[in-house]
Amino acid sequence: MSAAAGPIKRPADEVVTRPARAAVLPLDPMLLLAVLGLVACSLITLSTATRDDVPGDPDYYVVRQATYAVIGLVLMFVVSRFDYSRLRELKYGFYVLMISGILLVLAVGGATRGSKRWFELPFFRFQPSELGKLFLILALSAFVVDRLRRINDRDTTARVMLLALFPAMLVMAQPDLGTGLVYVLVALAILFVAGTSWRHFAALAALGTVAVTLALVAAPAVGVQILKPYQVDRLTAFMNPSDNPGDQGYQQNQSRIAIGSGQKTGRGPEQATQTRLNFLPEHHTDFVFAVVGEQYGFAGAALVLSLYALLIWRGLRILTMAKNLYGALVAGGIVCMLLFHVFVNVGMTVGIMPITGVPLPLMSYGGSSVLVTFLAIGLLQSIYVQSRAAVASKRAAVPF
Amino acid sequence: MIRLPDDRTPPITPQLALRIALLGGVALALFAIIFFRLWYLEILSGDKYLAEAKENRVRVIKVQAPRGDVVDRNGTVLVDNRVGIAVQIEPQKLPPEGAPRASLYRRLGRVLNMRPARVRSEIVQQRKAVPYSNVTIKTDASSAQYSYLFERQQKFPGVTVSRVYLRRYPHHNLGAQLFGTVGEISPEDQRLSRFRGVKQGTIVGKGGIEATYDRYLRGREGATRVQVDANGRPKGELQKEEPQGGKQVKLSLDLDLQKAGQEALIEAGGGLPSAFVALDPRNGEVVGMGSHPTFDPNVFSKPVKPSLFRRLNSEEHGAPLFNRAIAGTYPTGSTFKLITATAGLQSGVITPGTVLDDPGSVTIGNIEFQNAGRVANGAVALRQAIQVSSDVYFYKVGAQLNGVRGEPLQSWARKLGIGRPTGIDLPGEFGGLLPTPKWRDALFRKKKTDRPWAIGDNVNLSVGQGDLQATPLQMAVAYATIANGGRVVRPHLGLEVEDAEGRLQQRIDPGATRRVKVSDANRQAILDGLRLAAGAPGGTSSDVFGGFPRPVYGKTGTAERPGQEDQSWYVAYVPDKRRPIVVAVTVEKGGFGAESAAPAARLILSKWFGVKSELVVGDDRTR
Repeated sequence: MSAAAGPIKRPADEVVTRPARAAVLPLDPMLLLAVLGLVACSLITLSTATRDDVPGDPDYYVVRQATYAVIGLVLMFVVSRFDYSRLRELKYGFYVLMISGILLVLAVGGATRGSKRWFELPFFRFQPSELGKLFLILALSAFVVDRLRRINDRDTTARVMLLALFPAMLVMAQPDLGTGLVYVLVALAILFVAGTSWRHFAALAALGTVAVTLALVAAPAVGVQILKPYQVDRLTAFMNPSDNPGDQGYQQNQSRIAIGSGQKTGRGPEQATQTRLNFLPEHHTDFVFAVVGEQYGFAGAALVLSLYALLIWRGLRILTMAKNLYGALVAGGIVCMLLFHVFVNVGMTVGIMPITGVPLPLMSYGGSSVLVTFLAIGLLQSIYVQSRAAVASKRAAVPF
Repeated sequence: MIRLPDDRTPPITPQLALRIALLGGVALALFAIIFFRLWYLEILSGDKYLAEAKENRVRVIKVQAPRGDVVDRNGTVLVDNRVGIAVQIEPQKLPPEGAPRASLYRRLGRVLNMRPARVRSEIVQQRKAVPYSNVTIKTDASSAQYSYLFERQQKFPGVTVSRVYLRRYPHHNLGAQLFGTVGEISPEDQRLSRFRGVKQGTIVGKGGIEATYDRYLRGREGATRVQVDANGRPKGELQKEEPQGGKQVKLSLDLDLQKAGQEALIEAGGGLPSAFVALDPRNGEVVGMGSHPTFDPNVFSKPVKPSLFRRLNSEEHGAPLFNRAIAGTYPTGSTFKLITATAGLQSGVITPGTVLDDPGSVTIGNIEFQNAGRVANGAVALRQAIQVSSDVYFYKVGAQLNGVRGEPLQSWARKLGIGRPTGIDLPGEFGGLLPTPKWRDALFRKKKTDRPWAIGDNVNLSVGQGDLQATPLQMAVAYATIANGGRVVRPHLGLEVEDAEGRLQQRIDPGATRRVKVSDANRQAILDGLRLAAGAPGGTSSDVFGGFPRPVYGKTGTAERPGQEDQSWYVAYVPDKRRPIVVAVTVEKGGFGAESAAPAARLILSKWFGVKSELVVGDDRTR
């Protein structure tokens, strides 16, 4: 990126600017820009899309989402002040907390549409499986760092995958297929960044194929339903949406119509009938991207996507900067998690991915999702801050 | 990321660099996929999706237009509308099969006082008949049921209640067979040119006057384009087109005469299946037309149960839906002698003065033809022959006409309208059958009959027997033609199209009339005969019309029908400066003409001319 900056100029540059910059803004400014931009987009979109959703309180969702965002920003800032490396020691705590949270929600949680995902807290519905994503990244990264010397053992790969699969299975039992897939993907990402041999990935791919075949074809054939009927519906509806426009295909169809009708610059909030007249289901959560597409057209959708691209790029950049392997693994897990969310959610709204109930980070309304995303960003910022501090410590003490 | 070596802690291994590059590549690819997909959806197919989004939100609610009224010649309403409340099912919006749907049927059944099984079977049956359209399960719900369902639309998905116009017949069975029913246009009808541009679901005439004058009565339905949300709840009106009511159609029918006619059929015909036609011989305006047994057309404003429909069509109940005046075809008996006389005179076979001997029977082609009761009338000329209804006289004329070039008997019968529809403005008219040598010979060649044409066939035809089949309306037209001097009128009911306030908008053109040439002398001779028959001592209906203050020109008929009792006929013409009239009456199994048909005709004529009604049964025993 800074290839233009020559070696001659740099020392002077750093001597003058680094202490000052660290004092003014001890965060990655581009990452912060992307996050703030997305929060702004989310609030603008929700403010028009949800005006008629809660009778008598047109700003119900916006006010709440703004509150979550403010709390999230504070959390992010706080987290970025700590040295993430210390979290390595808490790996067992994270893992046990994650598992017990998921188990607790299975036991006493509230349900939407037959799936138990959350606790009712005074201000929002807390979804332990969301926070679990982050805990799993922190725990698995620590575990991998501990076994770094044996990274190419089959044993290591198998243990990491089992550690991820266990909570994934629990979450899928809620049932929440999307989050379960995130857990598996996060484990793979961490192994990938840690340098696990390609042969192991090949073996995992083969195993995965066999398992999916068993779950989708063989098990139903002998009468064991692993996926809930609605999950099967969603998958099949995605493959041929016109077959059942009434149910699962309906959502995807309406979403496509909403996005397509936005054309170049959108229909504007007033004319966006798909959203305003409720044809678009879940327009404040899972299908919020379709609202952007309808109201602001290709221009708006492209802006949001660009902000995500910026986010991912900054994440990858921080990954390369990490002062230690733990930081690199955590950053890798977080970046892959965010990328997966963005692609699966947006892919679902444009009709190229099945409906899995994965929220769009920062855009979708929801306390758990927003706060956990801010925590994740906070960790990225912490990794960034720590790497800058490590560089600076060659000349001076850590500035805080 | 290129940095100076001392800048980097810890140093990135080449392996990690590769993997991060791969991650970046994957991210780039995923973003590219989504960008292209977005490009495709929004830029390339945007128009299509915009159209779909618009279609999504707009529902067109049709507003039924009231059909026009039908009134009689004095403006009395015969058919109008009343507002009913229809409960309809939109099959696509019903809850899923199984428990939710069964529960809906149960709740709906409770509201409408119908068994749930009945609701279900009604939907299944109607959907089978007309797929994809709404099913009406009740057309005449009470207003309490209306408000209950209307206020709880969310609880009754797929159920709509709406106000509909239903046809009302304030005079119940008067003219029941003339009006026809109304109903939603069928896919077959939509292809007809006269229904061009009529939208699906429009109520159109399905028979009778409703069908013939549908384009005036129909009106144009209105439409309200409403914006709806995903649950189908209206969210504001976009555009409104008011319905345009249909126009009023005035018929030539006279309700008082119609009533008298239908009552006369019962009084004089004793409740036997019967029919009458009364028309103006000058122009063919039908002032009365009835068929017994009859029914109350109000039953058709609700869906008719199959059992009731079967009963209305069944022979043993007299098929009340059947209009015998235009579709009942029978041998006509001696009323046909008017036509035989015309043929004989015009072809020159006889003159008004030709005297023929009537000894009571005559043998023609080895068959003996007799008068009724072998009554011998002696030497008679045409006038007396008609007066006493001498069969032998007409047998001889018929025999003489057989084999004459041009088949005068058949060709005159045809000219006077026998054997073909009269062209009345009612659907379902029958043309009957006029037996000709060609017709019978062709049947014989196809082995559908035992013998070819013989002279006996012509002899039978000359007195309205044998294979002849004609309707009361055809006989009325034939008599009207002689009465008016040779104009074969086209009988019609439709008179004028009026606006809702009864102001004339358009006269209905009944269509061209044909002319036939009958010399005045011949015509006068026939009319004299008819006058003598109804008014002079010895005339076949003179006792029925004894004391009737108007000159009646009438002929009895007694048609022999194989396997049943004789059919009674009477056709009469009464001249009048302002309101001349021809009446034709027939009573199935009614015996001799003077026994039931002629008394009915007298009752009808009494009404028409304001004479005291009196049932007078004649005892003449001629055919």
